[in-house]
Amino acid sequence: MVPTHYYLILSAILFGLGVVAFIFRRNIITIFMSIELMLNAVNLAFVAFSRALNKLDGQVFVLFVIVVAAAEAAVGLGIIIVIARNRQSLNVERVDLLKL
Amino acid sequence: MSILNYLWIIPALPLLGSAVNGFFGSKWPNKIVNAVAVGSTGLSFLAALEAVREFTHLAPENIPWVKQYFTWIIAGDFRAGFDLQIDHLTVVMLLVVTGVGWLIHIYSTGYMAHEGGYYRFFSYLNLFMFFMLILVLAANYVLLFVGWEGVGLSSYLLIGFYFLRKSAADAGKKAFIVNRLGDFGFMLGMFLLFRTFGTLDFVPLFAKATPMPADAMGHLGMFTVACLLLFTGACGKSAQLPLYVWLPDAMEGPTPVSALIHAATMVTAGVYVVARSHILFTHAPTAMFVVAIVGCATAFFAATIGLVQTDIKRVLAYSTVSQLGYMFLACGVGAFSAGVFHLMTHAFFKALLFLAAGSVIHAIGGEQDMMRMGGLSKKIRWTYLTMLTATLAIAGFPPLAGFFSKDAILLSAYQSEHGGRILYSFGLLTALLTSFYMFRLIFLTFHGKPRYDEKKVHVHESPKSMLVPLMILAVLSIIGGWMAAPAFFGPPDYFAKFLEPVFAQTAGGAEAAEAAAQALEIPLAIVAVVSALLGFAVAFWLYLKQPGKPAQLAKSMSGVYNTLLHKYYVDEIYAALIVKPLLWVSTSVLWQAVDVRAIDATVNGIAEGATDIGDGVRHTQSGNTRSYAVWVVIGALVIIAIIFWPYFRPATVGMVR
Repeated sequence: MVPTHYYLILSAILFGLGVVAFIFRRNIITIFMSIELMLNAVNLAFVAFSRALNKLDGQVFVLFVIVVAAAEAAVGLGIIIVIARNRQSLNVERVDLLKL
Repeated sequence: MSILNYLWIIPALPLLGSAVNGFFGSKWPNKIVNAVAVGSTGLSFLAALEAVREFTHLAPENIPWVKQYFTWIIAGDFRAGFDLQIDHLTVVMLLVVTGVGWLIHIYSTGYMAHEGGYYRFFSYLNLFMFFMLILVLAANYVLLFVGWEGVGLSSYLLIGFYFLRKSAADAGKKAFIVNRLGDFGFMLGMFLLFRTFGTLDFVPLFAKATPMPADAMGHLGMFTVACLLLFTGACGKSAQLPLYVWLPDAMEGPTPVSALIHAATMVTAGVYVVARSHILFTHAPTAMFVVAIVGCATAFFAATIGLVQTDIKRVLAYSTVSQLGYMFLACGVGAFSAGVFHLMTHAFFKALLFLAAGSVIHAIGGEQDMMRMGGLSKKIRWTYLTMLTATLAIAGFPPLAGFFSKDAILLSAYQSEHGGRILYSFGLLTALLTSFYMFRLIFLTFHGKPRYDEKKVHVHESPKSMLVPLMILAVLSIIGGWMAAPAFFGPPDYFAKFLEPVFAQTAGGAEAAEAAAQALEIPLAIVAVVSALLGFAVAFWLYLKQPGKPAQLAKSMSGVYNTLLHKYYVDEIYAALIVKPLLWVSTSVLWQAVDVRAIDATVNGIAEGATDIGDGVRHTQSGNTRSYAVWVVIGALVIIAIIFWPYFRPATVGMVR
């Protein structure tokens, strides 16, 4: 059986990739994908713990996360479409209306 | 329905009058303002009379009659209520305040008829009546203090009534500030009493104090300290040394105000407080001695200044200070009923003197300098006669009021154990001086040749509304003393008997003293009358027979004369010693250093710091989504570090082990 910490290390690597991509990429779609990557890294950790501890809680959480991610994808993609229509660009650096 | 259950009506009526006149009076004609002001005080006087009538039918165990209306302050064990109390001492004060106050209100309708701010004057005057009645009716020190401060406020407002005149505004401020010094002591006294007895209500406080052992003479115990602090307050309000300086300046106010507030009622509040607290004072012989000395010194000191003043109202002001000194002298030697008696008779004849002086000023067109009067007796007959009555009364000629009250005080001073002879001698000397300066006033004002411009000044007698109160007060000045006529005139001393329930505890060993007193009474009375006659004779000789003599005397003794004329330079000394240093400290330390450099600098610094921090932090708000993400990540890392920090350390420690 694969030891639990292998899963955790993989999960951490995936999460780290997600963070780095989130910070350094400019395309909104890519950023969006990196969020999904982070969520799924967490899911992997949940499942790994669930199995190691022999409890179902982790798997229940994973289902919740997947549902929330789906909902978030729907809303997020809607926002992205609106931005793309209004600005003809997906570059996140152009979206800075909140600036003082 | 007994008015004793509705005691609050007595002070409430003037308050109502004050409010009505103050809010609506500006648009009303003088007649309506008169009706409201005189009516409300008149009704208050009637209510007081009715209350006194019912009071005399009360059973002795119901005295003092205390009525609790509502709780005003409650904090822990401390309770201060709006409680009114009536006992024999209150009765005397109540009748004097409402009665004399009402007469002076009537007089004012004539005196102030041609003045601006008519409604304002009466609104203030009624307000004064309200606070004064609260003061005398209060059943605890806290409520008494409300009245005490309230009369101070009304006094300030009325002294500065002609506020466009700088001297009047300054005099008002001076009165207020000097009184504040005394009030400071008064409040400390109250705090000490509360700490010791746990209450400030008169009845339980005095009940607790009575069985306690008295402080020894020369010993600074609780009673002595508390009494001296209370007496500080009394010194301020009743214009005793060294806080008397405000009263002569207070003469800037309209004359009826001088009569009501600065002669008859408010300034006697200090005497009232000492008499009210007599149980505390009898436990503190040192404090009593101080009261007697201060009273005696003030009486003499003020009388000497009064000798040379030429402003008619200022002479009377110093005379008031001097007579208040007499009252404190009486209280200081334990003769509280004599002190209160002099308070009452003084209220009659000094109010009369001021009102008559006002009538003179009114008649001669606003002149107050006696050197520009003279020969007025024929032209203003009634004013002259009433003022002469008051002068005879204050100088102590039998059988007028002042004779009996002053005699009682001098007798008590003579019998006092501590320095009685010295107190008596100064008291007697003061009586001589009083007689002299009062007759000097009469002769300068009413006799001799006119020294005013007869062509320009049309001397006219005052209207009836002014003369009638004068006559009533004149009658009171004559008969007011008979209540206490000592035994050798026939009737017993009703006044002292009346006040006996209040001062009973202090009249220990009264019978032996009374026997001794009766033997002394006649010789001392003769001495007093002789000294009064002497004062009269000297004044008569100097100001009628040899009119040039006073100026010569002033020249030959110019040192003494100038010192007296400048009131011993007390104002100048106070200005140099207290006012100037205080101003300097206020300006250059408190204002320019503390306020500007410390307080303002701190406040401004904090404000500028906030602006600067905001300026710096503002740049984090870039609007760039990814920079926010960086902050989120950093935050998450910090939180992870904080949470996991403890787990790293034991591991290392464990490894070392």
